[in-house]
Amino acid sequence: MNAPAAIDVAAHGQLTDTRLTVPGMRCAGCIAKIERGLGGVDGIASARVNFSAKRVAVRHDKGISEQDLVVRLQNLGFEAQAIASNPLARDDRETQTLLRALAVAGFGMMNIMLLSVSVWSGAGGVTRELFHWLSALIAIPVVAYSGRPFFSSAAMALRYRRTNMDVPISIGVVLATGLSIYETLMGGEHAYFDSAVMLLFFLLAGRALDDTMRNKTRSGIGALLSRMGRSAGVVQPDGTIVRMDADELKPGMLMLLAAGEALPADGVVEKGTASIDNSMLTGESAPEAVGHGALVHAGAINLLHPIHVRVTATGSDTAIAEIARLMDEAGQSRSRYVRIADRASRLYAPAVHSLALLAFVGWMLAGAGWHQSLVIAIAVLIITCPCAMGLAVPAAQIVASGALIRKGLLVKDGSALERLAEVDAVVFDKTGTLTLGDMRADVAALDSEQQSIALALAQASLHPVSVGLAKTLSERGQGPADVVHIEEVSGQGIKGSFSGRSVALRRPRQRSGTTSVDLQIGEETTSIDFADELRPDAGETVTRLQAMGLSATMLSGDAEQAVSDVALELGISGRGGVDPAGKLRALDAMKAKGRRPLMVGDGLNDGPALAAAHASIAPGTASDASQQAADAVFIGERLKPVALAVQVARRTMAIVRQNFGFAIGYNILAVPLALAGFVTPLIAAIAMSLSSLVVVGNSLRLARAAEGDV
Amino acid sequence: MSVLLYLIPIALGMGGIGLAVFFWAMRDGQFEDLDGAANRILIDDENDAS
Repeated sequence: MNAPAAIDVAAHGQLTDTRLTVPGMRCAGCIAKIERGLGGVDGIASARVNFSAKRVAVRHDKGISEQDLVVRLQNLGFEAQAIASNPLARDDRETQTLLRALAVAGFGMMNIMLLSVSVWSGAGGVTRELFHWLSALIAIPVVAYSGRPFFSSAAMALRYRRTNMDVPISIGVVLATGLSIYETLMGGEHAYFDSAVMLLFFLLAGRALDDTMRNKTRSGIGALLSRMGRSAGVVQPDGTIVRMDADELKPGMLMLLAAGEALPADGVVEKGTASIDNSMLTGESAPEAVGHGALVHAGAINLLHPIHVRVTATGSDTAIAEIARLMDEAGQSRSRYVRIADRASRLYAPAVHSLALLAFVGWMLAGAGWHQSLVIAIAVLIITCPCAMGLAVPAAQIVASGALIRKGLLVKDGSALERLAEVDAVVFDKTGTLTLGDMRADVAALDSEQQSIALALAQASLHPVSVGLAKTLSERGQGPADVVHIEEVSGQGIKGSFSGRSVALRRPRQRSGTTSVDLQIGEETTSIDFADELRPDAGETVTRLQAMGLSATMLSGDAEQAVSDVALELGISGRGGVDPAGKLRALDAMKAKGRRPLMVGDGLNDGPALAAAHASIAPGTASDASQQAADAVFIGERLKPVALAVQVARRTMAIVRQNFGFAIGYNILAVPLALAGFVTPLIAAIAMSLSSLVVVGNSLRLARAAEGDV
Repeated sequence: MSVLLYLIPIALGMGGIGLAVFFWAMRDGQFEDLDGAANRILIDDENDAS
């Protein structure tokens, strides 16, 4: 249990990688603190912080467990959680493909422009032909490489007899390239390689921006299941204990669960009493006492004594797996939500095709040659290119999420902002959401010596109460006293000795309504009370949300009394004793009534509700799974980012509407000109690019949307 | 005009080198933590043991 010391493992065997998520890092100081604090420890080869993803990759000796690293980080002042062990997995492969395509298109565009400018400024004869051939030589591989994201998406849409935005783009690019090759072969005057490649470049830029934002935070739902214990000691009929992997366990087996171990399966306690940490499942941070006959769930951690547990459910039958399944299903029903841009393009793409075809047929009938008709048709395709339309949404969303990140709110997905703007009700979880979720000790009555002794003792234990006490004291700048012979007595507390006196942190003699511990120094005993405080600006945030027209309610798994106390303080309605399925039902009922609820919660028990709600936000202290299910994650103790998120989301949608308005207006102006044959493909490409720039410029106004308050 | 025979390959070659460098930097993971890179400038490394 003396965790920091356990890190000095001498067994320099093979190295292994662990990735931890540390949502609390905020500045360069944090990076230095973490990298040096971890790097200096025996057995840790290297620690590298990824600040954007709020992650730390640690390369360390096999002898150090994930838990040791978490404790180590906690002592440095950072809350950390291990994430699925897959250090080399790249979850942003698509972004990389897009960026490569973008780079190639940029290279092609610059060089072809160089040649085109010479042609326009009067190069003729052999030189012009040479330049056209060179352009073709550059453009063909560039189009083939950079166009792949569009071609494959267009092919996919056509295979299912639908069209999307990529279809007119693909046709435009392929036709322009094809026509240019023909012109080059024939030694013609004009080639449109520059238009084709420029089009690709701008479209790829929009798409890469969109994608970067969507991948900003994404980790597998497998992180949830990895929180279950991975193996257990199974008691054999002859009394010996065999270590078995979680997937080999069968109902009816008897497990011996050591202190500090996580349960790999659901079960019933057969022998022994213990205190278990259920915070991962219920969000309740106070440990729960369990005895004979009590039901315990996979993922819970045994804090004190070894207990015998008879397995009742394993693998996908466990409560945690059930939550994962509910979450998955709820998430799928929400992903059917069609993004605005896709909805627009569904109407837009066929219109563009018809227009271009009409232009071609019209000019043919009017007696223009097939060549001129085709050039006009291509110009129509390019000038109506849904580029501004395609950028209208992502550009605004990227700028808005950038502004929100600076205020401590991470939006995971562009469509989340669309949904956040539409919410009309907000549902809060209590513990860890409206409240801070960890046990804050009331240490004002203790003198400095008492505080330092309490800190030294509390640091030695992983018990939630000790963790809370240690955190409160370290936040006050208290250093630990030099307490020796520290040992944890199961069920009693921690004891040690300090300058000849025996000191201890023990469970209180008489139980009161609140959580408390007794600090004993020599003969003198002081009681330390714990409370789960409301976030400092909870009331203000609720008021602001209500001012924005959102109704606020609270749904919590906690006892009715605790819930109504908080509800009364905030002046909102609240319901206690609601289980995960109950929360899901409550949200579904709201949705059935036509409301669009925003769920704010942190516990794993909120997971399904977070996934099912119209939009959802989780605090940075939430379990991985909840962060995964939520649309946005806020960091820090303040709740205000929740109100800010709704406000910025609404502004974003206003800008998006303006962008759409502009894009449509531009088309109304440009299309007739193109149809009339006044526009060459190059001018079309330039006009299209300018329209995109206007949209991006308009979106940049959002950069200050989150400024001003907070 | 014959100067073009040198200049165009040089221009393309320079662009190509830039592209290759970008690909290398991306494979090397230099774009994975842009915010971190911006912050790392501020870290004082006088007592950096590692």
